[in-house]
Order: sequence, then structure tokens, then C-alpha cells
Amino acid sequence: MTLHQVSFTVNGKKVSVEVEPRQTLADVLRGQLGLTGTHLGCEHGVCGACTIIVNGEPARGCLMLGVQAEGAEILTVEGASPDEGLSLIQEALREFHGLQCGFCTPGMVMALHHLFSVNTSPTEEEIKEAISGQLCRCTGYQGIVNAAKAVAQRLQAQQ
Amino acid sequence: MKPAPFEYFAPRTLDEALDLLESEGSEARVIAGGQSLVPMLALRLARPEVLIDLNRIPELSGIRQEGSTIHIGAMTRQAHALASSLVFEQLPLLHYGLENVGHPPTRARGTLGGSLSHADPAAETPAVMLAYKADMVLKSKQGERIIPADEFTLGTFDTAIEPGEILAEIRVQAKPNEGAALVELSRRKGDFAMASAAARVSLAADGTCAEAHLIVGAVAPVPLRFDAVTDALKGQKFSEAVVREALELMDLELFEFDNEDICLEYRRKIGPVMAERALLQAFKRAEGMQK
Repeated sequence: MTLHQVSFTVNGKKVSVEVEPRQTLADVLRGQLGLTGTHLGCEHGVCGACTIIVNGEPARGCLMLGVQAEGAEILTVEGASPDEGLSLIQEALREFHGLQCGFCTPGMVMALHHLFSVNTSPTEEEIKEAISGQLCRCTGYQGIVNAAKAVAQRLQAQQ
Repeated sequence: MKPAPFEYFAPRTLDEALDLLESEGSEARVIAGGQSLVPMLALRLARPEVLIDLNRIPELSGIRQEGSTIHIGAMTRQAHALASSLVFEQLPLLHYGLENVGHPPTRARGTLGGSLSHADPAAETPAVMLAYKADMVLKSKQGERIIPADEFTLGTFDTAIEPGEILAEIRVQAKPNEGAALVELSRRKGDFAMASAAARVSLAADGTCAEAHLIVGAVAPVPLRFDAVTDALKGQKFSEAVVREALELMDLELFEFDNEDICLEYRRKIGPVMAERALLQAFKRAEGMQK
């Protein structure tokens, strides 16, 4: 198989990697780039654990090929977290029991990150819509929705 | 859960893509948004030797109006079409249909042409395009073929696209002054529908139904059109009773799907319920526009 040299930006850093066409973007991020914060659950687009931001839009890391990332700007959960401590979204998830085992959490964080990047005061319906593509087997979702509502309140308070 | 190896090409123009499709032959597949094809690759339900990626071809994307026709590039992202005010105003059924397609991350990548070409019986876009009697523009090295929606979707995962052809554009007549609704039943929002109904309703000056279209999806290999129902509704003001009476004319023999998890009997019960809700909602929206 022909290997392809692919260059893109991850979390603000330019990277260039050699990939097989069949490698998904999530595999490239985790395997070649060591960004294992992006979780792979089902590997066929159902669970949402691998959700990342590609050119400002949420995307399933397992449903994009690494070769397709050429020139893209990618944000993973590593880039959505401060160097020290937790982001507003992560802190709220911790506080409101928005996670238990943590497997879905990177995808949840990224889905919420995208929501708050386009809408700082989402309704409960909008929150549910934003995380509708993310499966969580532990929390029953209510803690996650409560966390997102708290983030919205805190963002309002900051303004 | 890793795809089998394949060669990959990312052409920059449609001509280049058509050249590749011809030279690589039957082992090549075209990839659009990849939200259905990549899972099939991962599950090895599809094992193409060559993948031709349409994502780098700008001419295949975008929505524009020319006269009364809306031209939608096949690679237009579902999220883009959902957010488009042109779509909301001129093709409201497409807007409401797209609300039910997948989830925000899959809509951000998934394309209209990809969904139509994949032809999943539970997909919303084939039902919407059938309701609009849209035209599918297929391009190949030999030129162009225009196929009406009712001849485009042929069965489960089966369309009129011939080897060497790519769905390049969808052409739809603008329908700005009508009410529309797409209602479906699924276990969770965004999941594949167990039954869906798409309705378009336009009103006469006296507030009665001038024209209506009803499509039921996810119950047979292709979306089903029920003109007998909508013909009976012409000239009427919709109420639950009126719509229910018309829905007696729905030929439930056309429903085919009978799976372990959702049996035919159940689909025959929920199909008319979805249709009733879609027709009533579309009528209400049409009334709202008249005020």
C-alpha cells in the first residue's frame, strides 16, 4: 500500500506524519501522535467517544481517514484542556457527576466544547441535541446535562 | 475493526475524479462524507481496492438558486444545508428532514449526495427528494444523465448510479409557500427510523389544502409515496378526523420490512401514525405561513 505524507495542525502544533490510507484519523492521533486522550470505543461511528473538532466542526475521529486530514486544523481533548487543572467544562463534569468510568468523557468534552464555542447560553434541548451522538453507559446523561447547564450559567456570570 | 488496505486518491476536480473512476474500474469506490462508508470499511462489509475521495472537489459543494430551481452540490454537508436560510425558506421539508439525520458530528461530515447514493431505506434524504420530485444529476466520462427521484432509489443500498458515474448535483424546484414536516419514530433521536413520514402541504386562499405530498420511509426498500391519501385531502381543512379518514386509503400492503426487532405488524401500526403527525404538522405550518 502506498504511504501518504500528511501535514496538519493539532492543538495549534503543525505535524507531519506518514500514514496508510486505511488508518482512521483517530488511529493516527493515538498511534502516531501519542494523543491517547481521544478514545476509540466502537470504531464505526456509533459511540462518539472519538469526537474531535476538525476545522471548527465536530467530527467522529473514527469516521475520517488520516489522509483526509491534510491541511486541517484539529482540536483534541488535550488541546481543549489547560496545562494545569481542568477546563470549565471538565470541572463541571467532575462536580456534577457527569462521568463515572470516563470512557466517553473525551467525546463528551469535545461535543460540549463545540456547543459552547457556537452558543454560550444553550437551552436544555440544545444541550441534549449537542450530546445526542455521544453514548454514556454510566451516568444516565442527567449529570452531564446538569454539568452543561452549570457551564452555561458560569459563562453568563463571566460576561 | 480496521479497514482492509486500499489505495487512496484525492482528485481536485470532477473531471479528474471521473478519469480515476474509469481507469481504476470496478474495484474503485467513491467516498463522500464517509459517515456510512467508513463504518462499512471498518466492519469490512465493503473492501474496495481503491478509494476516490470527493472531499477536495470544491465544484461539488454549495447551494444556489437559479430562477425557481435550487441546485445542491452532492458534496454539500448536511450541517451546511441544515443551517442554510435558502433551504429553510425554499425547501422547508429538506430542513426538517435534516434535523433527523444522525447527530451534529455526523452531519458536519456527512453529505446530501452521500446519503442519497448510499440509499439506506431508513434514511431521510431519499424520502425528502421523492417528496420534492427532485432530479439527480449524474456525471460520467460520457456526459450527464438526469434521473428523477422516483427512478433513482431502486432498493436497499441500490440506486440508478451506473459504474463510472458520480452523483454531482441535486436539482429541486423551490417550494417557499408551503408547510412541511418530517416525523419519525426511533428509539433515540438520530437513530435509524423504525418508520418515518415526510409531508408537504400548500393551501388555497380559503385555507383548504391545494396540494399535498406524503412519503413514508423505513418500511420498505424504497420510500413509498401515497398519492391516494393526499388526493383525498385536497380541498379539505386538516383535522385529526379528516387526516385519519384519508389515511384509511394508505395501502399497508406496500410495507415490507419485517425484522426480528421491528415486525411488519408494528410498522403497519406506526407508519400511519407518523403520517398523521407529519400531515397535521405540515398543515399547521402552512396555516402559520398564510397568517
